[in-house]
Amino acid sequence: MATQEQNITEGALTDEPRFEGDKTVNIQGLKKAFGMHEVLKGVDLQIGKAENLVVLGKSGTGKSVLIKCMVGLLQPDEGRVEVLGQEVPKLKEDDLNQVRQKIGFLFQSAALYDSMTVRENLEFALRQSKVKDKAEIDKLVEEALDNVGLKEAIDKMPSELSGGMRKRAGLARTIIMRPELILYDEPSTGLDPITSREISELILEIQKKYKTSSLIITHDIECAKITANRIIVLRDGVVTAEGTFEELENSEDEWVRSFFNK
Amino acid sequence: MCGNTNTQQIMSEKIQAAPTDGVKDTSFWQRIFSGKFRQSLANFFDEVGQLTMFTGKFFKELVTPPYEISEFLKQCYWIGNMSLPLVGITAFIMGLVFTMQSRPTLAKFGAESWLPAMVSVAMVREIAPVITGLIVAGKVGSGIGAELASMRVTEQIDALEVSGNRPLKYVVVTRVLACILMVPLLVLFADGIAMMGSYLGVNLTDKTTLRLFFSHVFSALDFIDIFPAFIKTFFFGLAIGIISCYKGYNANSGTEGVGRAANSAVVVASLMIFIIDMIAVQVSDLFMK
Repeated sequence: MATQEQNITEGALTDEPRFEGDKTVNIQGLKKAFGMHEVLKGVDLQIGKAENLVVLGKSGTGKSVLIKCMVGLLQPDEGRVEVLGQEVPKLKEDDLNQVRQKIGFLFQSAALYDSMTVRENLEFALRQSKVKDKAEIDKLVEEALDNVGLKEAIDKMPSELSGGMRKRAGLARTIIMRPELILYDEPSTGLDPITSREISELILEIQKKYKTSSLIITHDIECAKITANRIIVLRDGVVTAEGTFEELENSEDEWVRSFFNK
Repeated sequence: MCGNTNTQQIMSEKIQAAPTDGVKDTSFWQRIFSGKFRQSLANFFDEVGQLTMFTGKFFKELVTPPYEISEFLKQCYWIGNMSLPLVGITAFIMGLVFTMQSRPTLAKFGAESWLPAMVSVAMVREIAPVITGLIVAGKVGSGIGAELASMRVTEQIDALEVSGNRPLKYVVVTRVLACILMVPLLVLFADGIAMMGSYLGVNLTDKTTLRLFFSHVFSALDFIDIFPAFIKTFFFGLAIGIISCYKGYNANSGTEGVGRAANSAVVVASLMIFIIDMIAVQVSDLFMK
């Protein structure tokens, strides 16, 4: 019984085997344009196992486009996008959905389903999992909300939650499926500094607890400092700098340093 | 001499002006087909193509398991329940007013006893389906258009997609199917209520029993009155559902897009109801012949 419980709370919730390769994400020469406007002009990046990679860049440099290409919401014009060992743009819909079940995506606006309570939002995320028993689902929902400190809001509607609480609920919905990779689209945008720090610390906790790889898109330096194992800087659709927080903070490139208020 | 020169000059100017007019005509048509009109025409056909593809995807998802039964029943409840009071009140008033308006004309020919028969045929064949369709297009169509557009701009549809669910199946198929099922049921309800309104209209001046009134109604109605009118309501439901879902699902430009999606869902769905109605009349006439 104890083993089964452990499987439910710690193991993967899909029948698909976990990815065993070294690089959770491997992107090479990714290009994407909208009409005449070239947003990504050949992006290369890799994310290792259980690594937090932060992508920094000014607004409009294609950070969100990058992660949308990674989950197949946008089709790249050129380049190789390999996520969990699968080349995403070449997958058929059913195969793509199976890969997507192993990826968590925290949207900038949290994107909670506003016709459902927080509990129903989390239960809905479990529809595709192998967990079907009501008691097990309840346990997973409560545990996920407990992890983000939002247990008291379980029966509230999204409209009743503050910005920070919505982000937490979105995060709970993301981690409930035990994803191998989590993509965070500006997780601290629109939050006060204290809540922003709490969310950043939560991202770090999740990485340690579930050993997930993460790609965090942000222009919040505090968030990058707390969460990043490695940082890349996007400028004009290409990666212009790469390194740890300390390395980039002391970069010789003035433009890169300006990100860190130096 | 001088006058002649002037006349010649004017004539030559007129002759020269003729081909220029011709050139002007060509540039007029060129202007029309190379300007905004051409763009609008291209946009129109693009929209029709997109809508056709969307409808194709709907039918593909419709027959592919798994089936979202509980969401479908929820949508049936919402769509039926949302429109029931408005459809009921409108149908009752339509039945009452139509009876009161028709009475004087029939009275001129001493044909007042034909009133229940005339009202029932008009209501069942035309008025109740079209009015119900328009009400559902206005109330439900705008609701679906705005809801889906809001889900699109707040990234909820993207969230459904990246979680491995099929948003088209969960969001679109359930709503369109609910419209297809609920519109005919609402029309049947409107038929019944309109007859009650008509009964009241008849009783305002004459005294008729309910039984006699309905015996006149049922003796006037044939299979050919009811069946085509009932069949076309399924198409009304399909048009309302597909158009409002398409408009909402493909909305953009933030909150402005939500309003635009709701508005165009109502306008296009209402227009489609009249077009389907016109086609249905032609088709049913073919069978009647």
